[in-house]
Amino acid sequence: MPEVWIPTTMQSLTGGLQKVQIEGRTVRQVINNLEREFPGVKEILYDEEEDDLQTGIAVIVDGEASQIGLLERVQETSEVHFLPAIGGG
Amino acid sequence: MLDYKPNIVLSNQEYNVVGTRPVRPDGADKVTGKANYSADINLPGMIFGKMLRSPHAHAVIKSIDTSKAEAHPGVRAVVTSADIQKPSGRASELAEGAMVNYKFLSNNVLADGKVLYKGHAVAAVAAASAHAAEEALKLIEVEYEVLPPVMDGKEAMEEDSPLVHERLAGMTTAAIRAGGVLDDDDPTRGTNIANHFEFKLGEPDEGFKQADVIVEKEVSTVAVHQGYIEPHCGTAQWHEDGSLTIWSSSQGQFTVRDYTARLVGIPVSKVRAIPMEIGGGFGAKLTMYMEPVAALLARKAGAPVKMAMNRTEVFEASGPTSGTYISVKIGATRDGKITAASSTLIFEAGAFPGSPVPGGAQCMMAAYDIPNAYIEGYDVVVNRPKTSAYRAPGSPAAAFAMETAIDELCEKLGMDPVDFRLLNSSKEGVRRVTGPLMPKVGFIETLEAAKAHPHYSSSLEGPYRGRGIASGFWGNNTGPSSAVALVHPDGKISMTEGSPDIGGTRASVAQQMAEVLGVPMEDINTQIGDTDSIGFTSNTGGSGVTFKTGFAAYTAAQDIKQQMIQRAARIWDVDAEDVEYENGTLQHKSDPELRLTFQQLAARQTPTGGPIVGRAGVNPGGAGPALATHIVDLEVDPDTGKVTILRYTALQDAGKAIHPSYVEGQIQGGVAQGIGWALNEEYFINDQGHMVNSSYLDYRMPTSLDLPMIDTVVVEVANPNHPFGVRGVGEVCIVPPMAAISNALYNAIGVRLNSLPMNPGAILEALWNKENGSK
Repeated sequence: MPEVWIPTTMQSLTGGLQKVQIEGRTVRQVINNLEREFPGVKEILYDEEEDDLQTGIAVIVDGEASQIGLLERVQETSEVHFLPAIGGG
Repeated sequence: MLDYKPNIVLSNQEYNVVGTRPVRPDGADKVTGKANYSADINLPGMIFGKMLRSPHAHAVIKSIDTSKAEAHPGVRAVVTSADIQKPSGRASELAEGAMVNYKFLSNNVLADGKVLYKGHAVAAVAAASAHAAEEALKLIEVEYEVLPPVMDGKEAMEEDSPLVHERLAGMTTAAIRAGGVLDDDDPTRGTNIANHFEFKLGEPDEGFKQADVIVEKEVSTVAVHQGYIEPHCGTAQWHEDGSLTIWSSSQGQFTVRDYTARLVGIPVSKVRAIPMEIGGGFGAKLTMYMEPVAALLARKAGAPVKMAMNRTEVFEASGPTSGTYISVKIGATRDGKITAASSTLIFEAGAFPGSPVPGGAQCMMAAYDIPNAYIEGYDVVVNRPKTSAYRAPGSPAAAFAMETAIDELCEKLGMDPVDFRLLNSSKEGVRRVTGPLMPKVGFIETLEAAKAHPHYSSSLEGPYRGRGIASGFWGNNTGPSSAVALVHPDGKISMTEGSPDIGGTRASVAQQMAEVLGVPMEDINTQIGDTDSIGFTSNTGGSGVTFKTGFAAYTAAQDIKQQMIQRAARIWDVDAEDVEYENGTLQHKSDPELRLTFQQLAARQTPTGGPIVGRAGVNPGGAGPALATHIVDLEVDPDTGKVTILRYTALQDAGKAIHPSYVEGQIQGGVAQGIGWALNEEYFINDQGHMVNSSYLDYRMPTSLDLPMIDTVVVEVANPNHPFGVRGVGEVCIVPPMAAISNALYNAIGVRLNSLPMNPGAILEALWNKENGSK
């Protein structure tokens, strides 16, 4: 199963867990499955009105910042991180 | 040891066009005055707009009376915040991924209810001449209720601090957002802390227990400006069908389109934003100030309006970088292995949320393999102009803290600073403090090149002379990009791409197309498209253009290549699989008689199927982080405190230097700006919150007389996510200089300077304190 790293400020929702194994073949599925196990996670990561990741969140899959967010494919052995997006100059 | 040359490229792979140094295609027009910048636009019937700006750092606008200005005979239109759209305070994604809070953007463009910094735009006038517009500004009567300003990030975090925004919501989430506003019925008190976030890896407390040596320190930096030559400028013209054309100086015509459309209240498809040549940006032209106001004035006046800032307006009302406070603690074993690190970063965002504190937090420890770490960041609003990006936003201040702490650690351990960094360097597969694993990077290679460089082993003798080194990390960005290329019958190519060219990217993008097609770069004429003539392309920023738009050019070239193979197959009546394309020549795989050059086939487009047009719309991931190591020698005059930079060598991983001269130029430019940031530059603010050095006479940037030749070593550790291995190069070069210079100053005078700028006054004070035995 993909390994999802929980942002430090959200670990209160996962009982202090820093990382969890969650089913999912896309980032969208991973977030939905996270919500089932840890209610409250989804509203922080997912913007229902826009059907997109919340503004300012970048999803990193296997070390690379995804350019397609919720649609990004996730492998069985993938690592998924949610980080603040960074702007360049 | 490396043979000494002023600039060295350590290549691993050679190409025909990529890696060469052709003459820049836009250079002659720029040095002969033929290039058109935003202020060069002149339209029939055009009038001129000027902005009335706040004389106070913080005040309630009790009333604005524009009637006398409107009665001025030369005046054609006056606008205030009553004329601009007032979007909700909800942070929004733009259509293609960028982030903005339109309420704050609108309020920054024209103040609504309160002015939040000296220079904040309050109203604007359009008149037949700029002089008449300035005259009319004096006729606008604004009644203010002056409020105490808060100018400092730490003070703004205190409970009893004046609130910049009464209803700003503090956020503690996974994301740093463009700010939020409390709901009307929410009883929570507003705050100046727009965002607080944390990263934790391993067990920092346990890690510090394992340390034999610990260094703990605090540093601070003050706001500095990017210092681009060309002020912000925009011209707006409405058309009979209700559409709007904007000409402006920006790092992204699509951002100008999107922002203006929203603030003026029309669909994006009704705005055509035309990018002009740009006289510098460094991140500050990723946003905009003048364009929507010019559009509002033009709509009211029924005439095109041009607006341009003067230099004082640029300093007072565009976006400098953040002032910061950063504390850092690092522990290591006796043999030099880092066991733990922690840091708190406080960044001033200016009047609206959105400082580069996420960049600082995510970059500051990224160069190192640290098993246990904690980082927290605060984004804090103050009564200063809204900060904007400046080369590697956030990372230079963070590196000033981290890299000077490492220098102190090396001194305590008695270790060579390059050896220490080599022992602790991050590399592919190392877990970053922020969580993800590091992709392939070239940090070790820059350190090894530094150690092998004759500068590092040269002797530096004499009193008050010192040498310092520091390293830096920047993640680099990417994003959507577009390119379209058409083949002329004479075999030349015209390419339109979407990235405004700030650093010579017409060349670096065209070289990638030329490499694929096997033609000289000079055969490709590259132009930057407006928002109606090229597909969406994300901003020129994040050191991303040579990566992403180079990727688009590469892909468009592949498209042309495939079409030409099809045409040759059609001419020869063979299968396309039997045709190969190499070095600009099409050749049948087994029949040497069947051969056409690119030029020969280009001349036969029409009878073989029509025009050949290559196109690409891409959104490539994997921009590939950049790392750099700098060495500086300097000398201090103990009588005046003046610092002379004696020698500077910057070693940087470029992945693959498409045009090495531009890479070297980017590195040298970043170092020059970093030296200014380190030694002299600052927003000098008086007790009313007013900047008192808002001209280049008083804002001290380095000139050519202040700097030595800056040597560069370009290390090439190919980025596996790009066809030629490109990494962005324009930003990481500004990350190490402040720390490197601080470390060199310590080596020269035996005192650590932990606040920027390290100007003559600060140095003299440090020397006096040292002589007097106080800290």
